[in-house]
Amino acid sequence: MYLYDEFDERLVRERVAQFASQVERRLSGALTEDEFRPLRLKNGLYLQLHSYMLRIAIPYGALNARQLRRLAHIADVHDRGYGHFTTRTNLQFHWAKLKDVPSVLGLLADVGMHCIQTSGNCIRNVTADPFAGVAFDEIEDPRPVAELIRQWSSLHPEFEWLARKFKIAVSGAAQDRTVMKSHDLGVRIVRDAASGAIGYRILVGGGLGRSPMEAQVLRDFLPREDLLAFLEAALRVYNLAGRRDNKWKARIKFLVLDIGVEVFRARVEEEFARIDKTKANANPAEEARIASFFASPPYESLPEISRSLEQAVARDEELARFVGNNLTRHKRKGYAALTISLKAIGGIAGDISSGQMRAVADLAELYSFDEARVTYAQNLVLPHVRLDDVPLIFARLKEQGLATANVGLITDIISCPGLDYCALATARSIPIAQALSQKFADPARQKDIGELSIKISGCVNACGHHHVGAIGILGLEKKGAESYQITLGGEAGDDYALGELLGPGLPAEKVPEAVERLVAVYLARREAGENFIETTRRLGLAPFKTAFKEIADAVA
Amino acid sequence: MAAAKRPELPAILIANDLREGEVVFATLEGWTRDPRRALVVQDERAAEALQVFGAKEFLRAKVVDPQLVAIESAEGAPRPRHYREALRALGPSVRPDLGKQADFQI
Ligand code: HEM
Ligand code: SF4
Repeated sequence: MYLYDEFDERLVRERVAQFASQVERRLSGALTEDEFRPLRLKNGLYLQLHSYMLRIAIPYGALNARQLRRLAHIADVHDRGYGHFTTRTNLQFHWAKLKDVPSVLGLLADVGMHCIQTSGNCIRNVTADPFAGVAFDEIEDPRPVAELIRQWSSLHPEFEWLARKFKIAVSGAAQDRTVMKSHDLGVRIVRDAASGAIGYRILVGGGLGRSPMEAQVLRDFLPREDLLAFLEAALRVYNLAGRRDNKWKARIKFLVLDIGVEVFRARVEEEFARIDKTKANANPAEEARIASFFASPPYESLPEISRSLEQAVARDEELARFVGNNLTRHKRKGYAALTISLKAIGGIAGDISSGQMRAVADLAELYSFDEARVTYAQNLVLPHVRLDDVPLIFARLKEQGLATANVGLITDIISCPGLDYCALATARSIPIAQALSQKFADPARQKDIGELSIKISGCVNACGHHHVGAIGILGLEKKGAESYQITLGGEAGDDYALGELLGPGLPAEKVPEAVERLVAVYLARREAGENFIETTRRLGLAPFKTAFKEIADAVA
Repeated sequence: MAAAKRPELPAILIANDLREGEVVFATLEGWTRDPRRALVVQDERAAEALQVFGAKEFLRAKVVDPQLVAIESAEGAPRPRHYREALRALGPSVRPDLGKQADFQI
């Protein structure tokens, strides 16, 4: 894992001191709220419904035990004993006190963490494949590039005040597990077919929110040494041409849409040609220094199959389910990446108590070379566990209520905080997720239904990714009451697709029944081996719309 | 603030405390954390006075996001009519152990 050098350390400490003085001036009244708001947002501090909310960056989702324990401490001492992992792999504390935030930032700095650029119109926390460095289908570990981009984008003087927020994802595997096409900019590590050289495919102009758009290819193959110069060119074109008059048209996706990707590409290439590459690109010695932090841990040579795990699985049905759903193939024999679901049946997606944070810290330290990861699906990963250790880890997780065996299944629901916390929300999202989770709780039924993503947002901003859920749910207000629109057919990965609306909004209590009808259409009409999304693609919207209409008509 | 649309009556004034972020309610003597003690205004003049108080307290760096909200004319703790403001006044519906609903058993 990357550890701060003196430069990182100084930068973060100076920022803490700067923000502490800004808070002091705000509390004394020397700064008005209008003056202070952009300053606090630059430090990840929002005002929500019940309190301030502090958003902590977890660069490319990587955490170690010390950091997790520090987060647990902050949760206990400065918050309400829990935190919330988001779809951008950040952690939010929902009960922050303005007067305490400078101390909290100091506590974070001690363990190499901060809240810089977790909000505001700047380059946000860089996300990456949660299975980085361990994925079986990996071309190259994306973390060194993600860390390079983190350093480059942190307090970058030219890109401090962009027209709007800017999100970058990095992936180095054959399969995209970052929702790359929803990002302003995507960096995909690829191998050039002709030369065998490794470089980057750059995507641009993705985004969810009010006007969802799929990212398009900006450069098919970029030689690796040119990455920072090319990013600089792309960001500069956006920074100069992105709209600043209308917040709702300010993301890079609107610029790309407006002028067309060809014109955008030509402008970026023109700018790129002008840039002095030796100045703009990373120094190879620095790249090597960064990469050295991500060397493989000291794996043991193990047999491919673990007899002890096989025997334990044969004895314990629950463990068998867990192994079936929560383990991902590892590049090393005898190891697996283990996903810890933060989607207990009826629980709150992404929420984790301080006790659970400590338990995960212990497990990471004991069994996963001191590493844990956060996924965009609001789960955690222990990236390198020995298959032999899985029964023990499972038992420890079970004690903590963290052994839910539902990764990728219908109860592994993504949900933003919605109106239970968020001041921008138009409706609640967590209670909808809870009701659905309870409705489909039965493990046999979940297994029968198979892979199915439900994603819920509490307003059009789409923090809960509803556009790219196989079933997407959007909470709105209709005639003074909460109302939920349902979309079908969205996909987050390589077969990226935006879901289509099935019909008018439904009241909360009708949503579980509606989802059940959609699932029933799938179960009745699927072909052998077909999962939910494949069936929707083959059948199209019509049969699902018909089923949905019965519910909608009953309401109307 | 002055240009904001006036809600229906009766109403209370809700804000967040600047230092703590916690939800607070206006009373005749200042602010309270206890929704049961919120000052309920029944007429236009009192509503206007409360709104002016909120705007002043905002400028004096005491509170943020002051809002006059319509309430049900019920017994006990005043309950905002709109579900958003009701959640703000009570706490997250998915965590009944937190917020005013827990602190004041409402
Ligand atoms: C105070 C709380 C939050 C505020 C004020 C907020 C604000 C917003 C806004 C305004 C947008 C739309 C951006 C646009 O269309 O230009 C957005 C999008 C998004 N937010 Fe949030 N959000 C909040 C919480 C969250 C949470 C909890 C998550 C993760 C669970 C999250 C992740 C995202 C993602 C993934 C998107 C969509 C991708 C995109 O187009 O940028 N946000 N948010
Ligand atoms: S989607 Fe809307 S309700 Fe949900 S967290 Fe984002 S801004 Fe809040």
